[in-house]
Amino acid sequence: MAAIDQAPAPPAAGRPSRARRAAGQRDGFTPWRWLILIVAGVYFLIPLYAAVRFAGWGSFRSVIHQSGFASSLGLSVRLAAITTVITLALMLPTAVYVHLRLPRLRRLLEGITILPIVIPPVVLIVGLLQVAPGFLKSTPYLLALAYVVLAMPFAYRSIDAGLRAFDLKTLVEASNSLGAGWPSTLWRVVLPNLTTAVLSATVLTVALVLGEYTMASLDLYQTFPVWIVVFDQTSGPISVAASLLALFVTWLFLLAITMLGGRQARRTGGGEVALFSVARRDTGRTS
Amino acid sequence: MDELVAAEAPGIPPDPGAAATPAGGAVSLARGLRRAAGVVPFGVYMALGLIAPLIAVAIGAFQAPNGGGFTLSNVKTATHGVYLHGFSQSIQLSIIAAVLPGIFGLLIAYAIWSAKRGAVLRRVAITASGVFANFGGVPLAFLFIATLGSSGLATRWLADIGFDPYQHGFSLYSLSGVIVVYMYFQIPLMVLVILPALEGLRPAWREAAANMGARTWQYWRYVGGPVLMPSFLGCVLLLFGSSLSAYATAEAMTSGTIPLTSIQIGSFLNGNVLPGQENVGKALGLGLVIIIAVAMGIYVILQRRAARWLQ
Repeated sequence: MAAIDQAPAPPAAGRPSRARRAAGQRDGFTPWRWLILIVAGVYFLIPLYAAVRFAGWGSFRSVIHQSGFASSLGLSVRLAAITTVITLALMLPTAVYVHLRLPRLRRLLEGITILPIVIPPVVLIVGLLQVAPGFLKSTPYLLALAYVVLAMPFAYRSIDAGLRAFDLKTLVEASNSLGAGWPSTLWRVVLPNLTTAVLSATVLTVALVLGEYTMASLDLYQTFPVWIVVFDQTSGPISVAASLLALFVTWLFLLAITMLGGRQARRTGGGEVALFSVARRDTGRTS
Repeated sequence: MDELVAAEAPGIPPDPGAAATPAGGAVSLARGLRRAAGVVPFGVYMALGLIAPLIAVAIGAFQAPNGGGFTLSNVKTATHGVYLHGFSQSIQLSIIAAVLPGIFGLLIAYAIWSAKRGAVLRRVAITASGVFANFGGVPLAFLFIATLGSSGLATRWLADIGFDPYQHGFSLYSLSGVIVVYMYFQIPLMVLVILPALEGLRPAWREAAANMGARTWQYWRYVGGPVLMPSFLGCVLLLFGSSLSAYATAEAMTSGTIPLTSIQIGSFLNGNVLPGQENVGKALGLGLVIIIAVAMGIYVILQRRAARWLQ
């Protein structure tokens, strides 16, 4: 209302050109947009460049021959596999169920699953070591159970975005009315539509586990990131090379998934899942 | 769980409101419980993996070491001297490392979102944000040591053009350095969480404003800004929590020389403890959780206001 009152009445001739200008600004590449993106690009790319220079090409080749590399990476990969399996087994049915039966709980679930982003892992590991039973504390796999909690925000958001990208309710009702039972509906109707979302949840979870340092170092297990820090005492360039390798591999996976997501969206005509968000699709459906 | 779903599956639309007839109170309660059964595994896991450890920390904060009785000495120690200083440093760092990336992240997100023709740019930027937002910790610290460390690449470039940051009070291993490094994962996190809010801005609002003769700044001042404000503040609070709880980056970069609360808690776990103070770490942890709980409470309220516009 205030906008209407205070806006000076424009001369009739000026009106269309202003409207056109406003519309044009939404599409075009105005200078300030370039400025922002270039500054951001510089800030994000220079450290990568500096790290590549610092490591030198030789370090990339010799990193896999270092002592402790294979065993620490092996442990991290095992933890990543266990974490991913548990996360998906827990989150997929829950998210589908909430979407279908308890849509009111969606906001609550969103709130709960954001908690691990802000609850300090340091505090979580202190408490976890306090409450965990002894047989779990003596194995590194307690970490996998804790990582499931840490991965929750990313996994839930990916799957939630995937579920919003197609008309879950209609598909499930159609499947049920054709006589398919629940297991078959989940496996043959819901899951194929969630391929991208599941992949993106998987990659984000794996990336998280492969990069997690806080809990692993305080639980005194030498996972890959812990090894990188420890090895830094021996050779700085090789540690930096290992860090960069971890980053590039994750990036490649994520890029592959976003491209796959775009292709799937074109094929099925559904919304496009991009990691956390889903591109708006006008179906008139309210959630 | 499948069985429970199947029991009500045949074409009955989930309609929570219909069950609440006065006659069927008990029936609706039973149905509600049965319906909630589907989220039990998730709930149990979260209770054991997230809530129970937090409760253990809270209890431990008020316990004397070695299974002793109730005491307030942990809390007293945690709120004095170096630990009080740690809290204040942590909060200062987190405020700056939330507001600055919040503003930059919003600008970048807007630049990405409004470039409707740049579908490729959009995809690359969102993917890159996903990677960088996850890219905390150790590798990040190493990246910046190679860049802005005392003999880093960018440091030498700046020194060559006559502006050596280390001559002007900057050090990567101080609070200002940690802030620069935190921005590296905070900005992408902001981009990811604010994009959905930007997508809630209807083009029709902009067109309506333009039709009524509003200039760009007027649109942002009276329409776009007020609609975005709750989401923006909410996201900044999220960033605040995320940098308050960050540990790995600062630890790997400074080896614990900056007194941040999260690092102090870590040093208790590493066994650097004075006798009699074993549980002070838990009191510090409780303090962090309380600060974050307050921030999250505000976040929830703001999100509720934002939801009115975004639904």
